[in-house]
Amino acid sequence: MICFALFSWYPMVREIVLSFQQNNFVDPGKWVGFENFRTVFADPAFWAAWLNTAAFSGLALVIGYAVPFVLAVVLNELKHAKAYLRFVVYLPVMLPPAVAVLLFKWFYDPGSGLFNQALGVVHIPPLSWLDSTSTALISLVIVSTWMNLGTGTLIYLAALQSIPGDLYESAELDGAGLLKRVRHVTIPQTKLILLVMLLLQIVATMQVFIEPYLLTGGGPENATVTVAYLMYQYAFNFGDFGGGSALGLMLMVVLLVFSTIYLRVSREEAER
Amino acid sequence: MRTLVSPLALRTPRGRIVYWTVLVVTVVGFTGAFVFPLFWMVTGALKSPDELAQIPPSFFPKTFDFQVYADAWDQLQLGVFLKNTVLYAGGAWLFTLAVDVTAAYALSKLRPVLGKLVLGAMLATLMIPPMVLLLPMYLVAKDVPLVHADLLNTPWAIWLPAAANGFFVFLLKRFFDSIPKELLEAAEIDGASPLRILWSIVLPVSRPIIGVVSILSVVTVWKDFVWPLLVLPETEKMSISVGIASLSAQMPQNVLIASLVIASLPTILVFFVFQRSIMSGLTAGSLKG
Repeated sequence: MICFALFSWYPMVREIVLSFQQNNFVDPGKWVGFENFRTVFADPAFWAAWLNTAAFSGLALVIGYAVPFVLAVVLNELKHAKAYLRFVVYLPVMLPPAVAVLLFKWFYDPGSGLFNQALGVVHIPPLSWLDSTSTALISLVIVSTWMNLGTGTLIYLAALQSIPGDLYESAELDGAGLLKRVRHVTIPQTKLILLVMLLLQIVATMQVFIEPYLLTGGGPENATVTVAYLMYQYAFNFGDFGGGSALGLMLMVVLLVFSTIYLRVSREEAER
Repeated sequence: MRTLVSPLALRTPRGRIVYWTVLVVTVVGFTGAFVFPLFWMVTGALKSPDELAQIPPSFFPKTFDFQVYADAWDQLQLGVFLKNTVLYAGGAWLFTLAVDVTAAYALSKLRPVLGKLVLGAMLATLMIPPMVLLLPMYLVAKDVPLVHADLLNTPWAIWLPAAANGFFVFLLKRFFDSIPKELLEAAEIDGASPLRILWSIVLPVSRPIIGVVSILSVVTVWKDFVWPLLVLPETEKMSISVGIASLSAQMPQNVLIASLVIASLPTILVFFVFQRSIMSGLTAGSLKG
């Protein structure tokens, strides 16, 4: 018993210790007060990074939040090819993100890339996807959405399947049309899951790193610098760990707000 | 079970037409959006550089030259990267099971003092997004407190953080909680030690959840990019994702694409085999609370 307790307690303590160290390790070495924050604030990329991160999250929400829900509603109605569709929609999630991102880098290629070729077929002039300040961020959102769509779709699908059928039946008897039924039955019944996913998505998309790292390097002209990417740059390209940590801390504060709301909502969901 | 659209409406001629249209559009759309890019990747690798650059592109490669896959394997040291990744994922899997199963078992069945506090502390780690902890974690890996070991460029840098997964502990604990007490008490009366009970009773009945945790932990480590990028900077030690990404600029396009195919094969295969477990793990994850 003692032996086992030792074996199981030690890793737990380690985990706790680790998690505390991670939190408190903001400023290693000499204490410089708010110096790091001042450095970071003065960086022209700083505001660009926050704006881009917010824009990325916002766009990812608009596309990546509504689309999976619609897909799930449609999938839930279909009686054929269900297994195939579920499998296929989750396929990109299983790809290593680095593979997916590099694959899209090739698709975005301004010359022979698949996307411009496809546009050419319908006689639309080629876009410069990653190389222009106006399309670069959107291009990142597209990759990210493609990669992660499956998760949301399958989670919504599971939630939809738990809606009791007689709710739809009585709504229909009351004369509710298709859209009304979606509005007054489907959405209220899945409200908590929708909210949980919204918060999860915000937290996930605000940490975006791999897309700008592999696709654009933050360019062109800081159009795709995100907070997480800037943090990485500070620590590993500029050798300024303090500045990077200051950014990390700011990001953490913002995300903790969403996480806390998430915790509350998901607790409500669990109690239901 | 009825859903949004009533079965009656589906049986009308108009309902049937709409249903089949939606079905066909969905199947074609999904295939186009999610399968076609993969098809393009696999066939793209078979094309010669000239054919790749040609406009308009060819749908099927003219030649089926698998040589490029062999080239990718050699030039990119994919063998080394794959071996590394297997080592990292496999080790992380063993550590995850050893640490998280015992932790969850202790929290669920042995009910130690402060157990609730410990569980709370573990769950709290889920609240903190991994990205913001990147730098402090890097420092920890570079110089582990107390023992002062440098884990950079060693598998330990992957294994240990992967094992400290509060979500898995939570999943396992919830499953262990559902195992009837009587079963364990009977074994205890027969004189079995807690370790023995864990091994001979709890583990065999927990096979489904352990399967889910195993697959999730292996796939997570396999797919991870940022962490291995930081802690395994030596080319010889890189995982496959990092390796391909860091060498991508120097490679001819078709060789690079071939290596993308090779890198994605393992996770796709795992998905083919274990899709049920993976999807059930997914829904379990969404409903945690």
